[in-house]
Amino acid sequence: MATIFVDGKPFEVDGADNLLRACLSLGLDVPYFCWHPALGSVGACRACAVKQYANADDKRGRIVMSCMTPSTDNSYISIDDDEAKEFRKSVLEWLMTNHPHDCPVCEEGGHCHLQDMTVMAGHNQRRYRYTKRTHQNQDLGPFINHEMNRCIACYRCVRYYKDYAGGEDLGVYGAHENLYFGRETDGVFENEFSGNLIEVCPTGVFTDRTHSERYNRKWDMQFAPSVCQQCSVGCNISPGERYGELRRIENRYHGEINHYFLCDRGRFGHGYVNRDDRPRQPWQRIGQEKNILDVDGVLDAAADALRECKRIIGIGSPRASVETNFALQQWLGADNFFSGTSAAKQALVEQALVILQNSPARTPSLRDIERADAVFILGEDVTQTAPRIALALRQAVKNKGLQMAAANKISEWQAAGVKDIAQNEKSPLFIASFADTRLDDVAEVSTRLASDDIARLGFAVAHNIDSSAPAVNGLSAEQTTLAKRIAEALLAAEKPLIISGTGCASIAIMQASANIATALHAKDKKAEIALCQPEVNSVGVAMLGGDSVEKALALLESGEADGVVVVENNIYRRADAERIEAALAKAKVLVVIDHQQTPTVTKANFVFPAGSFAESDGTVINMEGRAQRYFQVYEPAYYHPDWKINESWRWIYALHTSIERRMACWTQFDEITQLCAESVPALAGILGTSPNASYRMQGLKIARAPRRYSGRTAMRANLSVHEPRVSQDSDSALTFSMEGYGGPNEPASFVPFAWAPGWNSPQAWTKFQDEVGGHLRSGDSGVRLIEPKTDAVAKYFTAVPEAFVVREDEWRVAPMYHLFGSDELSVLAPAVKTMVAHAYVSLSRVDAARLKMAENSLVKVTLANRTYSLRLQISESLTQGLVGLPAGIPGMPPILGHAYAQLAKGSAA
Amino acid sequence: MNAIFKSAETHPLTWRMDKLNGELLNLKTYESLEGFSALRKAIKDMSPQDVQQTVKDANLRGRGGAGFPAGIKWSLVPMGDAAPKHKYLVCNADEMEPGTFKDRLLMEQLPHQLVEAMIVAGYALQVSKAYIFLRGEYVVAAERLNNAIAEAKAAGYLGDNILGSGWGMELFVHTGAGRYICGEETALINSLEGRRANPRAKPPFPQISGLWGKPTVVNNVETLVNIPAIILRGGEWFKSLSQGKSPDAGTKLYGISGRVKRTGVWELPIGTTAREILEVHGGGMQDGYELMCWLPGGASTDFLLPEHLDLAMDYDTIGKAGSRMGTGLIMVVDNKQNIISVVRNLEQFFARESCGWCTPCRDGLPWTVKVLQSIERGEGRPGDMEMLEQTTRFLGPGKTFCAHAPGAMEPLQSAMKFFRGEFERGIVDVVKKAEQAG
Repeated sequence: MATIFVDGKPFEVDGADNLLRACLSLGLDVPYFCWHPALGSVGACRACAVKQYANADDKRGRIVMSCMTPSTDNSYISIDDDEAKEFRKSVLEWLMTNHPHDCPVCEEGGHCHLQDMTVMAGHNQRRYRYTKRTHQNQDLGPFINHEMNRCIACYRCVRYYKDYAGGEDLGVYGAHENLYFGRETDGVFENEFSGNLIEVCPTGVFTDRTHSERYNRKWDMQFAPSVCQQCSVGCNISPGERYGELRRIENRYHGEINHYFLCDRGRFGHGYVNRDDRPRQPWQRIGQEKNILDVDGVLDAAADALRECKRIIGIGSPRASVETNFALQQWLGADNFFSGTSAAKQALVEQALVILQNSPARTPSLRDIERADAVFILGEDVTQTAPRIALALRQAVKNKGLQMAAANKISEWQAAGVKDIAQNEKSPLFIASFADTRLDDVAEVSTRLASDDIARLGFAVAHNIDSSAPAVNGLSAEQTTLAKRIAEALLAAEKPLIISGTGCASIAIMQASANIATALHAKDKKAEIALCQPEVNSVGVAMLGGDSVEKALALLESGEADGVVVVENNIYRRADAERIEAALAKAKVLVVIDHQQTPTVTKANFVFPAGSFAESDGTVINMEGRAQRYFQVYEPAYYHPDWKINESWRWIYALHTSIERRMACWTQFDEITQLCAESVPALAGILGTSPNASYRMQGLKIARAPRRYSGRTAMRANLSVHEPRVSQDSDSALTFSMEGYGGPNEPASFVPFAWAPGWNSPQAWTKFQDEVGGHLRSGDSGVRLIEPKTDAVAKYFTAVPEAFVVREDEWRVAPMYHLFGSDELSVLAPAVKTMVAHAYVSLSRVDAARLKMAENSLVKVTLANRTYSLRLQISESLTQGLVGLPAGIPGMPPILGHAYAQLAKGSAA
Repeated sequence: MNAIFKSAETHPLTWRMDKLNGELLNLKTYESLEGFSALRKAIKDMSPQDVQQTVKDANLRGRGGAGFPAGIKWSLVPMGDAAPKHKYLVCNADEMEPGTFKDRLLMEQLPHQLVEAMIVAGYALQVSKAYIFLRGEYVVAAERLNNAIAEAKAAGYLGDNILGSGWGMELFVHTGAGRYICGEETALINSLEGRRANPRAKPPFPQISGLWGKPTVVNNVETLVNIPAIILRGGEWFKSLSQGKSPDAGTKLYGISGRVKRTGVWELPIGTTAREILEVHGGGMQDGYELMCWLPGGASTDFLLPEHLDLAMDYDTIGKAGSRMGTGLIMVVDNKQNIISVVRNLEQFFARESCGWCTPCRDGLPWTVKVLQSIERGEGRPGDMEMLEQTTRFLGPGKTFCAHAPGAMEPLQSAMKFFRGEFERGIVDVVKKAEQAG
């Protein structure tokens, strides 16, 4: 700690910090541009100038850049000094010489850091009277707009994109005042995290194109604290709504998970919420006719039909909330509840959960992952399955550089100095995968193997660490050496980390991963293990129990069950289509509750329109085992009184009580959560994810909308000139209004949107944090439900698979994941559509040559007795004997992994 | 230049030029003119630390313009077992200072001397590789330096195990792509690494983490070329070369350009007066022209007046007069030039050469140019003087990322001090003008 004196007042600060961060952490306002909490200091913009004095008696002082000056003990500085103020104002004036002042037509306006800083620095009179330089803009694809004229050359974009995210296709061109930040040519950014440029850019050079066509100001938006639904990482988001449409996803700061950054799937993949083809009114299907009914009518009809069934089974979903799955289980009973996962995935998810619950190794948050100093990834292509982890790993490999810098007395925040010292040195990252991954460029070794061989390598690493772990027989010399090298690197590390997951479709790989973590703990290394899960709430459903979709189908096939309720699940993604058709044909009643128009919905006798995450409250549990609450963003019925969208758990409960012809005993979110926590001991912690609905801040509910929210009285004028009372939120402490508590004064972990007086941009998160870039002042949201078994006796998995042998006539299926394509819902977003990978088949060059198949030729792929005609993509990296098939892409078989496929030349197209 | 009799004892930088009789220097001739004897002496009789100490004792100050003592710069480099495997020596030969052409002379005429100097310096610092970062336009120098390096390599002065010392280094010529900022040592290092030529933040200093993150010393051509003679004749001799004209040591390449009778560059004792350079060596102003003011050493130095001509051209004396000696190559401004145009021209250069990294320099300099253009055209407005004055303060040392913008402010602030009336004449009072127009 150090004492610094700011304008005469003493403050206790972290002496290793720089003055800017120290001042901001104290809540003092200093303008800045090039500095960013996640990017450190480079001293380019000069906006954070303060006066520094040699000692208490020095009255002259000198101007220093607070971002580049350490906050050493007994520093005397002044933010209020006249010269410092005049200088900061000048910096803004210089930045504005070429800025077009097009705020009225700029989509950054209203949440613009440049606007905030201009006001803060006091530049309000333009003296520059000459022409401004102009630029050509680039077409950067469906996600991001480019308007270079607004650029103030803070260099944040290139520093974020290249240095932080590892992207290569954004550069700075030109010199002096003629700088250009863009790609070499027009085109979509290659990097999976490009969307963060929108928030990293302090002005409107990069803006959200998915928001452009139906644009509104931030102050006219209604937000809620929410959790991204597009993978199992559980990044926190602030979805924004206007006129009953989800308009934009912004990052919501979480100190342990996503910090300031999201992946592009999470940011841009939300368009499914606004689709016109969503079920929005309940209906009964009679023949092919959709008979839209009122709520009571459809509930009665469905209840009547279900009452006729001898046994009703419920298929839940890993993309639905804990509450929804619990309500279904509660209604139909544990024996009749199915998880909604395919049998293959179910086994993987369960294995992962068993490992996490019994391992001495802790499951890390993303912040923990960033601190790891040696990492081994087995089988999982994290960039495609749990993307935000890949961004965290790019920070983890920098730990070596930080150590080298520290040895030269260069602090972590001296971003340029650290980079200069580190050069290409990295902490070790090892990858064993089926094909190339997007992290190979930062990997010490990235090796291509079939899944059995990845598992064998993993088992061998564990054995190298602790000889009591099972050994691997017949390992090749090359892999023996590699196993030894990986083991040594993990043992040499302070914080070794093992990453695997369900994506590689191999129980053996996960068991090998668990063995490595266990072996490291046996050697007193505090290793951590992260296992990626297939979907947003896979862990939550697995903790509830419930068998696979195939088991449910078997009950229908055998006639044991004849009624089925499917909730937020397109079961056609889970099992073989023909089998589903046959099983459903035997069922008397199919009730589907969902928010998307899926093939399952079209088969349903009764359809109930569910709320998506934007229209619901719920709890999801991420791959870390952290339960997190997402809050309803808006009430659709306010804008469309004829829409009858409800949370799935509400529909389930309504059906439940209708069938039993009884009164409801719970109707609120707090009640079902309470019931769930009481009924399922493992889930007791979910009560801690948020305060209950009666919670108030300074006596107020928490406002979802900023104070300047406008147009409410006219919002429904097309329906009626009478403004109704705003929708009431009985489920949470939030209100659908700007009238309520807002801002950073009261610590809260569920902040709908970042705003503080004078801070309208995402940089306002600073005001909610205990220290800048640290944790939210009230603690980061969510409750970890899985903690390591530190006292358990290390137990090793012993089922080491045999080495993979290339077969002559069939190929082992290797699932290939895609950021855009493998996730069910984001594919339905119009903006994502052009980015989705088409179905394909991938073979190694050796195999393609052997089969005399050319790139892009048609290949007949026979898998589980079905034949698919797919275009061939020859892979330079895929292991011989494997066939790569994209996972989850429409038109592809639902079950991938651990199967063999036969290949034949397809007919010429 | 030829009027001066030069010897190894009096003119360590250029004495060999007189012996060439118009021939190009080659290794054989160079060796016959004491060439590589300093290297032999250093390797045979001296430890690397001895060489460093000798240079330190000689009080050799950096000839690139800042005058930082070379020995002290060297002393920050880790030596011995603590040192990383690779260390680098870089010769700053990106001579782009307007009006400066001294290094060009040395490299074109005496390339072997720079090569020897770099090997001696490389030995002192125990580097593994050395680079000459050469201004791209210096094609003749590039060719001659590459030839000299090839000859030295063939003769065993470069490569492994130089002269049986067990130590070896390689030397490369890297031609720059044409940015003034590459003269700033950390921008030069970035450029050499293939990055944008933006200056780096200090710390870390290049001596600790420079080229490719390794300890690196960057020295100017003229600084380095002094070293062989210092090794041969010692620090005391070097100090005596200034003949008491200055507390600084050695000789200096001085030169002059502008409307003088004879433009050129001459090796003179450091501390020679500007008047001697102008009147004796430069032959005085051309007929019909009078000296209005002069820049002592490049575009990034403050103007001085005729009354300052009798000052000794050394770092401290010129510094006390409110300017900097810089490169020591004087540019004269005569009475028929428009001082506003001169300053505008200089500022245009600085604005163009700004790397674009920090705001005051990137955006402040172009604005300055535009205001000067207005004043030049007689279209300046009230408030322009205040704006320019504020710029000279806020683009000053410590407020910008590197010394580029402060350098740019030196001619502007001194011109505004000495010729304020010229500036004010270019400013129209719009209101008054409208009133007069009726």
